[in-house]
Amino acid sequence: MNVKRWFEVLGDKAIAFIEYIGAISIFFGRILSWLFHPPFRVKEAIKQAQKIGVSSLPIVTLISLFTGMVLALQSAYQMQKIQAEMYIASLVALSMIRELGPVLTALVVAGRCGAAITAEIGTMKVTEQVDALETLATNPVNYLVIPRFWALLVSLVTLTIYADFIGIIGGYIIGITKLHTPHHMYVKMTFDPITQSDVRNGLYKSFVFGIVICTIACFEGMRAKGGAEGVGKATTSSVVRSFVLIIACDCLLTALMYFIGR
Amino acid sequence: MIEIINLCKSFGEHKVLDDLNLTINTGETTVIIGRSGCGKSVLLKHIIGILKPDLGQVFIDGKDITKLNGKPLNDIRMKFGMLFQGSALFDSLPVWENVAFGMLEHTNKKKDKMLERVKECLGLVGLEGVENLKPAELSGGMRKRVGLARAICMKPEIILYDEPTTGVDPIMGDAINGLIKELHDKLKVTSIAVTHDMTSAYKIADKIAMLYEGKIITLGTPDEIKNTQDPVVKQFIHGEAEGPITRGG
Repeated sequence: MNVKRWFEVLGDKAIAFIEYIGAISIFFGRILSWLFHPPFRVKEAIKQAQKIGVSSLPIVTLISLFTGMVLALQSAYQMQKIQAEMYIASLVALSMIRELGPVLTALVVAGRCGAAITAEIGTMKVTEQVDALETLATNPVNYLVIPRFWALLVSLVTLTIYADFIGIIGGYIIGITKLHTPHHMYVKMTFDPITQSDVRNGLYKSFVFGIVICTIACFEGMRAKGGAEGVGKATTSSVVRSFVLIIACDCLLTALMYFIGR
Repeated sequence: MIEIINLCKSFGEHKVLDDLNLTINTGETTVIIGRSGCGKSVLLKHIIGILKPDLGQVFIDGKDITKLNGKPLNDIRMKFGMLFQGSALFDSLPVWENVAFGMLEHTNKKKDKMLERVKECLGLVGLEGVENLKPAELSGGMRKRVGLARAICMKPEIILYDEPTTGVDPIMGDAINGLIKELHDKLKVTSIAVTHDMTSAYKIADKIAMLYEGKIITLGTPDEIKNTQDPVVKQFIHGEAEGPITRGG
């Protein structure tokens, strides 16, 4: 490939990237403009919250329980060397609340529910159901996106609190049964170092991840084209882009909180 | 009256509508014919404001809908009913909610009043007892009929049909043609249908327009179209493989 062609490809990719950022920003603007705009579809939002929240409970339970257990076991190796086993409880609790709870839950929800949202809206798009909504004088963002947006935000924050709790229980099981830490000591060392800002920062992250997942999932669904293949592509790119943005936002937010918190 | 003036629309490099002009009189059934992919559905989507043109205007009863957005555009859309090529029924809703969608969204009618209207509309298209079925449980022809019932439920002044007979067997196709004609006669609506099915076009049309290379190249009554001397129109209506269309002339 010659240099000219290489620059052309690079330029095309840069333009496509800028176009994507522009289009998703406009879409997010449309979501914000409809967020507090009637009609409010409370029933639909509750139905979606059941789909997203309740049905994600088993997988979130499993992942956060094992993460808490693994965290306790892995840190035990190092902590035992310096005879600081009692700090394992604090390490598990803080790691879950500040970092792993929000991030792992967001990744699970993006993979499970973000993909489902993209596939559902994408199928509606390619089968002209979204056009049909418009011909029936109903705004597709108001009808399809806003209920999912509220449902995902509420569900993700709730699931994160739940995941934090289950992760701590996972650490507790290992702490009590394997590391033989006394119950009262483990509980004390779990809750003593946790401050209000730890919990708040974890939930802020979760809130931002909720916005990211829903915006990308709905946006990718809304621009799906080309039948079943197009829906498949949209679903894949929805999951990949959500994952990348969740990790990037996590890094950004952690840095922001670190500097603000100092 | 619907007036389309100098309508232009391109998708990337591909020019789909090129300075298109067409006037459709109130109460008439106009059928737009043309090859697959020539822009018939794109034209319909401009008439109802789903797509915005690059250039040109679409006047519905004197209002240019290309300039409208939000509520004013939706107010105009309430005058329309549209039957989609694949019916476009909402998969997650039962038949009755599909048909009553406009009422559920835009009126405060009680459920029994809505159900009454739904049954009436389903009756008009020759269906009964399907209110609680999901669209996935219906055959292609039944889905088309439910789509038609949804299109007429809000008593529209204008009905748009996108390939009404595509994807159904000839007998069902004829039944749908009969329905369109019957609805037109009973409800006195303005109808615009796009199709490449000439049997359907001759049966339902008051006027037939042919879309070719982004323009309306002919407009006339079914008899005038049958007796046309235009080689492009002749090739299309007789379904000949050889001719100016396929030669690109």
